[in-house]
Amino acid sequence: MNYTFQWSVLWSGQSGGWLLQGLITTLELSALAWLLAALLGIVSGAMRTVPWRLLRTLATFYVEFFRNVPLLVWMFFWYFGVPPLLPEAVREWLFDHGAEFWAGMFALGVYHGARMSEVIRSGIQSIPRTQFEASVAMGLTTFQAYRLVIVPIALRLIVPPATSESLNLLKNSSVALTISVAELTFQTRQIETYTARAIEALTAGTLIYLVLCVGIATIMARVERRFAIPGLIARGG
Amino acid sequence: MLDVSVVVNNFRFLIVQGLLGLGGFTGGTLRLAIPAIVLGFALGIFVGLARLARSRWIAVPAMLYVEFFRGVPLVMVIFWIWFVIPQLLRMPIPEYGVALTAFVIFEAAYFGEIVRAGIQSVPRGQVEAATGLGLTRAKTMRYVVLPQAIRNMVPSLVTQMIVLFKDTSLASIIGYVDLTKAAQIVNNREIKPFELYLFIAVVYWLCTYSMSVVARRFERRPA
Repeated sequence: MNYTFQWSVLWSGQSGGWLLQGLITTLELSALAWLLAALLGIVSGAMRTVPWRLLRTLATFYVEFFRNVPLLVWMFFWYFGVPPLLPEAVREWLFDHGAEFWAGMFALGVYHGARMSEVIRSGIQSIPRTQFEASVAMGLTTFQAYRLVIVPIALRLIVPPATSESLNLLKNSSVALTISVAELTFQTRQIETYTARAIEALTAGTLIYLVLCVGIATIMARVERRFAIPGLIARGG
Repeated sequence: MLDVSVVVNNFRFLIVQGLLGLGGFTGGTLRLAIPAIVLGFALGIFVGLARLARSRWIAVPAMLYVEFFRGVPLVMVIFWIWFVIPQLLRMPIPEYGVALTAFVIFEAAYFGEIVRAGIQSVPRGQVEAATGLGLTRAKTMRYVVLPQAIRNMVPSLVTQMIVLFKDTSLASIIGYVDLTKAAQIVNNREIKPFELYLFIAVVYWLCTYSMSVVARRFERRPA
């Protein structure tokens, strides 16, 4: 291959600024979507284990429908499909305030909420049933038992799978480039378009994603050790 | 309120060409997904076995391969293949080739982890017993470890196949005409985004949900 590398394209001109902006947008998009996903995941994950059939069915429908359809389709659905149905005023406000960002955030959050729900449900189901029975015997209502006993334990048990799911969310935020959210992958493409230096631009973007993923995984491994409940989680080594 | 006619009028294009990929030009979600699943799993077996190899010269590169591809978005990998391979080979590559290469390379890392976990889930005593009976290492793998490992792998394998099936929608980014791209093409002409994207969401759902139902029945069957 006869390719002369020209790494300076990454810091000369506007490229550096674009990369930084892309990184910030990726982090903002992922953080907001993560909050939405965690909220939806905890609520629907807990709902799938409660003793009321209607709530279980509702949550199952949400999880099975949203996680089994590609994220890209949801991006198009929320960005192109839904706004025309909204009232005029809401739509105008949205398109003045970066509709693609909000649609992308919503698509990402609702999709990963369904996936997070499965993680939380399996965490709750791994808690011995006696914990719930003991809580009820002590006079807690079902809602109190979930809020005070079941969910706090489950959240600690699921740190490892929830971390890998959160990293999936971060990586999947790149799909938002299809509805032209100016996140990291989008900016990488932009640098490639302006400088015609594909390898340099892609290397920069790839390295940033790798550093983010490895960094978060390392931090979360510490969090997991810190909040582990002694005796509940068997840890090797 | 829902305009069903846009789906009915374009049903043939969406399903026959977009989903199945039958017709003159290269396209179709299934035409991409099925080879990607088969080849990705095949490469994944090698990756998984390489990670368990005794020689560090094999195990460490396999580990790096897996960690690298699990740390970057698939979209990024598709762009890598799209820009770099034509430059290496000095000739244009059709979208189908780009997408298939990207999926196989990317998913092999995930399949590799499933294969490794499956092999490690077989109790050590099985290997020791097989060695005690005088089987060679290759025979132990083939007759004792792999049959049990594959049974343990089935649930995560199916989950990964569903993920890959959904991921094929990303091939539309580089212009491959799959179900998602087909819906985009129709939408550009008809401007009915709500109906069209909801329709393909249901089609994708029917495919992935039936995969998971078949898998559940398969798991229950005593082997």
